[in-house]
Amino acid sequence: MSIQVRNIHKRFGSFIALDDVSLDFPTGELVALLGPSGCGKTTLLRVIAGLESADAGQVLLDGDDASGTHVRDRQVGFVFQHYALFRHMSVFDNVAFGLRMKPRGQRPTEKQIAGKVHALLDLVQLDWLADRFPAQLSGGQRQRIALARALAVEPRVLLLDEPFGALDAKVRKELRRWLRKLHDELHVTSIFVTHDQEEALEVADRVVLMNQGAVEQIGTPEEVYRRPATPFVYGFLGAVNLFHGRVDGEGLRVGDARLPQQARGFGEGAEVLAFARPHELDIVPDAGAGEGIAARVSRVLAFGITARVELDGLNGAQGQHFEVEITRERVDRLGLAEGQAVRLLPSHLSLFESRQAATTAGAAR
Amino acid sequence: MAGATTLRLGAAQAIGQTRFEARAATRETALVKWLILGTALTFFAVFLLMPLIAVFVEALRKGWETYASALVDPDALSALRLTLLAAAIALPLNLVFGVCAAWAIAKFEFRGKHFLITLIDLPFSVSPVIAGLIYVLVFGAQGWFGPWLAEHDVKIIFAVPGIVLATVFVTFPFIARELIPLMQAQGKEEEEAAVVLGANGLQTFWHVTLPNVKWGLLYGVILTNARAMGEFGAVSVVSGHIRGETNTLPLHVEILYNEYQFAAAFAVASLLALLALVTLGIKTWIEHRAAHAQHDLHEGQP
Repeated sequence: MSIQVRNIHKRFGSFIALDDVSLDFPTGELVALLGPSGCGKTTLLRVIAGLESADAGQVLLDGDDASGTHVRDRQVGFVFQHYALFRHMSVFDNVAFGLRMKPRGQRPTEKQIAGKVHALLDLVQLDWLADRFPAQLSGGQRQRIALARALAVEPRVLLLDEPFGALDAKVRKELRRWLRKLHDELHVTSIFVTHDQEEALEVADRVVLMNQGAVEQIGTPEEVYRRPATPFVYGFLGAVNLFHGRVDGEGLRVGDARLPQQARGFGEGAEVLAFARPHELDIVPDAGAGEGIAARVSRVLAFGITARVELDGLNGAQGQHFEVEITRERVDRLGLAEGQAVRLLPSHLSLFESRQAATTAGAAR
Repeated sequence: MAGATTLRLGAAQAIGQTRFEARAATRETALVKWLILGTALTFFAVFLLMPLIAVFVEALRKGWETYASALVDPDALSALRLTLLAAAIALPLNLVFGVCAAWAIAKFEFRGKHFLITLIDLPFSVSPVIAGLIYVLVFGAQGWFGPWLAEHDVKIIFAVPGIVLATVFVTFPFIARELIPLMQAQGKEEEEAAVVLGANGLQTFWHVTLPNVKWGLLYGVILTNARAMGEFGAVSVVSGHIRGETNTLPLHVEILYNEYQFAAAFAVASLLALLALVTLGIKTWIEHRAAHAQHDLHEGQP
């Protein structure tokens, strides 16, 4: 089933949770709503489910306006961050709940229910836990049961609210892969909310980045990672170095330093924000007044395939911190040591006009 | 000496002792320990245990025969019947009200919610005598509805309905007060999950909300029952003290005492005390079960 939201507005008191959000979720896709806490992603999910009503706007399920449809008739599956399993019911009864609550005419027999519940528990690989109570399960097991419970009523869409947020890192990674596999088997339209960029990029077909109640960018994980559309997305996805600069003739001036990058499409003297990923920066020896941003090495972490160098800005970039990823050979050739003064030269820079962008980028940090 | 300490500690650890007091670092000196224990136990003995013993001792002072005859006295039996009747009516009424109020307050947002919470506490903050007087002023012969009631030959004040009303009023908050924090702590997520799965309001309440609060609810019922049977002030004002008709057990005790029938008074009082002890016993059992359920809930959590 496809989901569309049209011009959704929602405010809680004076706080604007959703500000004119319009999105399309095509059938069968797994979409991640990604953003910092308070960006409105959970509210949007709850509006789609019907657990929260929008102040204005529409939710279309399969093209039909669902605004007048009660939550229980929307046929959505919802998975909560803290599982929300019925604590006084066994795992079996939890999964069977949705089927048992159906109106008498549509309710399957207990035998049919038992068959279906065991099939679902098999699907989440926890059939052996059928008689346990939620309190006797680990967090990861609970969330899988919650998912089985949501799937029992054959929902047309699956909505997951930070499903792995309460789990520890290792279990989270495992379940992530497992969820992706499950989705590839079932192909039910799914939306999941997360603030973990790694999770979103790894699991989703498409990622919707949200900030302050508005959508910043929509795209495949690769698109949003490689070509962030706004300074906020740049700052939110992956490690990044930020420079405040000004267009100066052919190049860019950052503090006292000059960078050779051309700033096409910006007027002379325009204030810009320049972003560079750690691998897009190179370290060169400090040769007095040359090109590049002056910095001092504060730490060299050389235990992976590549080395990570942390630096503190000097001169014009005082108080700023930079992160650079270079090969270990390069570290050896430069003979980097803590306290050494060097210069940073970007191989690639993404530029954004500063005035409109400054506030959002500031909020993203 | 040092060896003995080690031994003792070792023994404590061997039994798997994790009690606060068992750890050497947190143990108080003997003087402090006995001072605190002694104060608590003295108060307990003087103010709680002694009166309870006194009731039974005084009740049996003139022998079992006097004791038994005081209990089977028709007036005493009628008082017992009325007490049980008032409790039997007040309990279901407050059960329904308490659950509804707690459900509304804990699970929904609405205007005037804080006002409602304050209102529920009113019977706790108002003196029971005032509560009784309110009913006299409203339903009494000179009250607001007095003439109308007299016209239609309905008797509320100085009759059984008045006693029931007064009992309902003073026991009003117990169940709601017990359930509200419990329901608030449990949040709305399980209910939301139930609704998303297709359950209607009644199904959600019956299959999800109620089972989650059943121990708290039982506890509230026990407290309500205890108060309903023991209430004196409010009931005294509206009762009119008609023997064999509008006397509850506490009122009957007072009448007997004022007539210098001390043994009989204490005999009836011992009946009330017994009812209270049974109530306390059930309450303790429920607390134990609830703690057990709580323990099960947390067992095996990561």
